[in-house]
Amino acid sequence: MIYLANFTPILPDFGLIFWTVIFFGLFWFLIGKFAFGPIRDALKKREGDIQDALDEAKRAREEMADLKAENEKVMNEAREERAKILREAKETKDAIVNEARDKAKEEAKRIVGNAKAEIESQKNAALVEVKNQAGMMALAIAEKVIKKQLTGDSEQEKYANSLVDEIKLN
Amino acid sequence: MRKFILSFWCMLSLCVIGMAQGHEGHDHSHDHGDHAHGTEAHDGHAQGGDHGGCFHHEEQFNPGNVAFHHISDQNVYSIGPLQLPLPVMVYAQNGGWDFFSSGKFHPDGHGVGEYAYNKYVLFEGMIHRVADESFPGGHINLGPHNVGEKEIDGRKRVFVCYGGNQYEALYKSTADGGLFGGGITNFYDFSLTKNVVSMFLVFFLLGWMFIGIARAYKKREGQAPSGLQSFIEPIFVFIQDEVAKPFLGHKWETYLPYLMALFFGILGLNLFGQIPFLGNANVTGNLAFTAVLAIFTFLVVNLSGNKHYWEHTLWMPGVPAWLKIFILTPVEILGLFIKPLTLMLRLFANITAGHMVLVIFVGLIFVFAQGNWGGVLGTSIGSGLLTIFMMSIELLVAFIQAFVFTILTASYIGAATEEAHH
Repeated sequence: MIYLANFTPILPDFGLIFWTVIFFGLFWFLIGKFAFGPIRDALKKREGDIQDALDEAKRAREEMADLKAENEKVMNEAREERAKILREAKETKDAIVNEARDKAKEEAKRIVGNAKAEIESQKNAALVEVKNQAGMMALAIAEKVIKKQLTGDSEQEKYANSLVDEIKLN
Repeated sequence: MRKFILSFWCMLSLCVIGMAQGHEGHDHSHDHGDHAHGTEAHDGHAQGGDHGGCFHHEEQFNPGNVAFHHISDQNVYSIGPLQLPLPVMVYAQNGGWDFFSSGKFHPDGHGVGEYAYNKYVLFEGMIHRVADESFPGGHINLGPHNVGEKEIDGRKRVFVCYGGNQYEALYKSTADGGLFGGGITNFYDFSLTKNVVSMFLVFFLLGWMFIGIARAYKKREGQAPSGLQSFIEPIFVFIQDEVAKPFLGHKWETYLPYLMALFFGILGLNLFGQIPFLGNANVTGNLAFTAVLAIFTFLVVNLSGNKHYWEHTLWMPGVPAWLKIFILTPVEILGLFIKPLTLMLRLFANITAGHMVLVIFVGLIFVFAQGNWGGVLGTSIGSGLLTIFMMSIELLVAFIQAFVFTILTASYIGAATEEAHH
């Protein structure tokens, strides 16, 4: 005959209830206070630290991007500025060169004009001189001719001819 | 990995075979003992019947009995053939307090005491007290097999043979109010039983471990976790993030220590009970233990219940009054008690069933292999495989039940502390 023993685990005895209340209560209170609580706080703090670090990194990255954009902008501005300056310089140079050329042309024209006028006046002066000289020469010749005529005809003619040759030599 | 599993399995089946042989030998020695007592003269101290004990050891192996014996709370801690004595603290209504060691009972290999002490006797590792006042007090040699059980009206009752008479010995008082066959008897047992010692040991080790881990968090602040800390942290964070935070909202920090104490306490005891050859204490499979946890949960839930929770429990808004009075409120009030009751029964039933199935699988060897080597070997291999399979399932159950108890507690607390949002 097989009998089953009494199923005692389903009988909650006072001793085990008492000791469970004490031990579980102590476990909950002491370990909760000295282990679970501090671990929870440490994990929370670490989580916060990690979040902060991530946020910090994100902010730094954003700052970096901002800085880069700023740099780009400044660079572009500088580039534009440089181009503008170069363009202006070129314009200025062209203007100066053109002006100089015009001035030079004018100057040259003026100088040439002056030179022409000088030449004209010199030429006129020379012509006047030539005229005067020729007149004076003619007078001298005439005088000498007249003087010679007074001394002989053939001689006179000869003389007149030599005078004429003299003029040619001059 | 395969090599490891194979060697583990070989080791286990060898152990099982060893146990089987040990058990057979044990039984035979008892048989011899009985025969010896039958034919030879008694020594002076033996006070039992003519057979050297009026209760014969059961001839037929009964795995059910062995299973019930193994899952019960006991006043000795049995590891293999060792019966380690534990402190006994008992209070009898008409005998006062008694403090002594359960070694005074001189328990045999089955935890049956050969001595009585102040009317207390030991049967299958469990202390009983003789009800009859005429039974003598003090340290009395009963002789072997003089404490045993008989079935009367479908229940087993323990009797002591002494001086030619049989005295009934009663089990300790239990708090079930007769519901499961217990009730108030002639004494209360506040002993440090196997379950109490296991509980203390596990809670102490867990406490030591967690305080060490907490210290590591303080000492290694700002560093990655290491060692035990990094082993426990994922489990801790899992309970914190998957159980506490979703159910408790912004109040999770207040209740986290309770949830952690529940989870790691239950898990630790579940796992401790599954270590082979270490007593297999069935703490989480004892109704007293799960009842206390359920009462703690009941108190925590209902003491932190806010106005919104009580309003919804007692006087649900937007429902006709007659419906509330006759159906809703009674059901809700019943629900307050049913929730912790289910917690209590679920954990108890799961762990007890696991322990019993394991014992019964090992017990199959003794049922089918009646002393012959081939049978022992064959059934050891079969049972060994089944046992390994069940042990892996039980390992899973240990985690699942700890998790379920914790998550349900969290959901009840969450429901009690939820703010009204209409």
